[in-house]
Amino acid sequence: MTRAISIDVHHVTRIEGHGNIVVDAVNGQVEKVEWQVPEAPRFFEAMVRGRSWQDIQTIVSRICGICSFAHALASIKAVESAMGIEVSEQTDRLRVLAFGGEQMESHVLHVGYLVAPDLLGVNSVIPLASSHPEVVAAVIRAHRLGNEWMELLGGRRTHPVSFRPGGFGKLPKDSELRQLKERLQKIVPDLSLIAETVGALAGKLPAFERPTEYVALVEPGVYTFYHGLIGSTDTTQRLPLNRFEQVVNEYVVRQSTAKWARWHRDSYAVGALARFKLNHSYLHPLAARTATSLGLTPSCCNPYMNSVAQVVEAVEVVEAAIEQIDVLLTEGIRQEAPRRVHPKAGTGVGAIEAPRGTLFHKYTFDDNGLCTGANLCIPTNQNHANIQKDFEALLPTVMDRDEAQIRLLLEMLVRAYDPCVSCSTH
Amino acid sequence: MGKPRLAIFDFACCEGCQLQIVNMEEEILDLLTVVQPVEWREAISDHSEEYDIALIEGSITRPEDEKRLQEIRGRAGILVALGACATTGGVNKLKNSFGMDDVKACVYGAAAGMPHLATAPTKAVHEVVKVDAKVHGCPMSRREFSYVIKCLASGTTPVTPNYPVCVECKMRETICRYEYNEVCLGVITRGGCNAPCPAGGLWCFGCRGLVDDPNVDAAHDIMDKYGRTVEELKGRMRLFNNLEGRP
Repeated sequence: MTRAISIDVHHVTRIEGHGNIVVDAVNGQVEKVEWQVPEAPRFFEAMVRGRSWQDIQTIVSRICGICSFAHALASIKAVESAMGIEVSEQTDRLRVLAFGGEQMESHVLHVGYLVAPDLLGVNSVIPLASSHPEVVAAVIRAHRLGNEWMELLGGRRTHPVSFRPGGFGKLPKDSELRQLKERLQKIVPDLSLIAETVGALAGKLPAFERPTEYVALVEPGVYTFYHGLIGSTDTTQRLPLNRFEQVVNEYVVRQSTAKWARWHRDSYAVGALARFKLNHSYLHPLAARTATSLGLTPSCCNPYMNSVAQVVEAVEVVEAAIEQIDVLLTEGIRQEAPRRVHPKAGTGVGAIEAPRGTLFHKYTFDDNGLCTGANLCIPTNQNHANIQKDFEALLPTVMDRDEAQIRLLLEMLVRAYDPCVSCSTH
Repeated sequence: MGKPRLAIFDFACCEGCQLQIVNMEEEILDLLTVVQPVEWREAISDHSEEYDIALIEGSITRPEDEKRLQEIRGRAGILVALGACATTGGVNKLKNSFGMDDVKACVYGAAAGMPHLATAPTKAVHEVVKVDAKVHGCPMSRREFSYVIKCLASGTTPVTPNYPVCVECKMRETICRYEYNEVCLGVITRGGCNAPCPAGGLWCFGCRGLVDDPNVDAAHDIMDKYGRTVEELKGRMRLFNNLEGRP
């Protein structure tokens, strides 16, 4: 008897943006397996042309509602690089602190609201509010704190307004930072409860390993999200940011409106697991212990474990933020104005570790500070080809399962990457 | 009578307005007492073609998306535009200042001719179908969203503020951005957001669209008083209210 498998997930749910999964197989032979992205492109690289250096961050933060701080900060770093602006140590430290809030907010949202329902066999987080009230309450508290942390430093929780090329339009007060520190200390037990719950469910994550290239920013001594050079598990060479186009090598494929990327292999991965593999030795103590207790090791090549790495990073950014606040409070916040920018012609690159991986922004400006060209490479751009390659490797190993199980495994694989699909199409 | 069934759909956008719904945290449970979500792809794996209220996030940039929106309109009793991309076209309308072949070549280079990359000038939702209510802003405000949903669920018409952002800066005692030698669009932009941007250290960039009858004379006076030009104001207005290449 012929056994045909036909899967057509038209718009995968519980991810950001529009992606489809298509599988055709007959008698165990895969005829077609595709990760498709039909998202409507918005053409940001074309839209910023003619716009002032002052308005770039306001436009490009709209690439992504979930990582708007990453886009705003990457663009500001690029503008500052093009205009030759060096910011104060205080500005730098406050930006790193602000960005920690987005990592926590985004990771908790992904693990708690989008991935947990798969592990507990439900369609959304809503039924979990009554079946698992304690851990859902912890998720809500951590998610809210991430948002309020962002709001304090960015002026708003989505599409920040306090960041400027050269510094801050509005600075937090010492008393507000002290309050934030107290709340960060109090959230640690909630994060531990979330980690324990994920640990108890981690056995439900498929045991699928596929070695690939992992790329992230690297900085000696720091589990970095904000500074550093471009690192990879396939080479000991570290590239400066202005050579990012030699890393991403973007190309267009028929099945996706978002570009794909490749470096040393057919595909590579960015994100929490990539950062963990490259930078794990610099984790703070509690984050390192959390990784150990969750069974996450640097040799891990299981893409489903990206969600586990996100839990580790949520702990990491809280520990790091407490230290950063201590340094800021020791010195006291100086109410300094942003450094003055004298517009000039030039090109600048900014990079940052967005929650989903390495994000690159490049802009060129004319003498009046008007943008003449841009190139933006988003983390999920860099993951699309890797998701496709994972599909191709995973599918033949699970052909004995029923269609619904195969479909769920593929959907969970997509979700594990926490894809920002509309962001990747931009 | 049961609760109205609610479906959320997204078109070209950053999905930041849907994120504001998630950011309501446990307050979502309050809203669930007045509406029943039957489709919300970003957060729930359910799917339905029967709903009473359709919420539309994003702007419309392709013929196939116009068709999908018209089908949604045909099924929904009430259709709401959610956030700037839907209510004004948002930043996505910056595209309309260029030719479509130009923007495709700029982004996709030699591959620009591939059929799946086709695009059309950006439209706001009301430029494609009838819109019954709007939740303005980029991102939309959670408070306003909750208010509009409760109004619609109880059969009343939500009232949209129609005064400029300046009113709210005055109420908050925020120092005017013109005092910092900056060009701010608060004088002509629809309030109701509680002016978070000037308070957070940035000028208003007009994400809620213009008030119905902007006081142009007052805007001219402010430009004169601070030595700024209407051209500067118009330049910044393009970000969220680009009128060039209007379809």
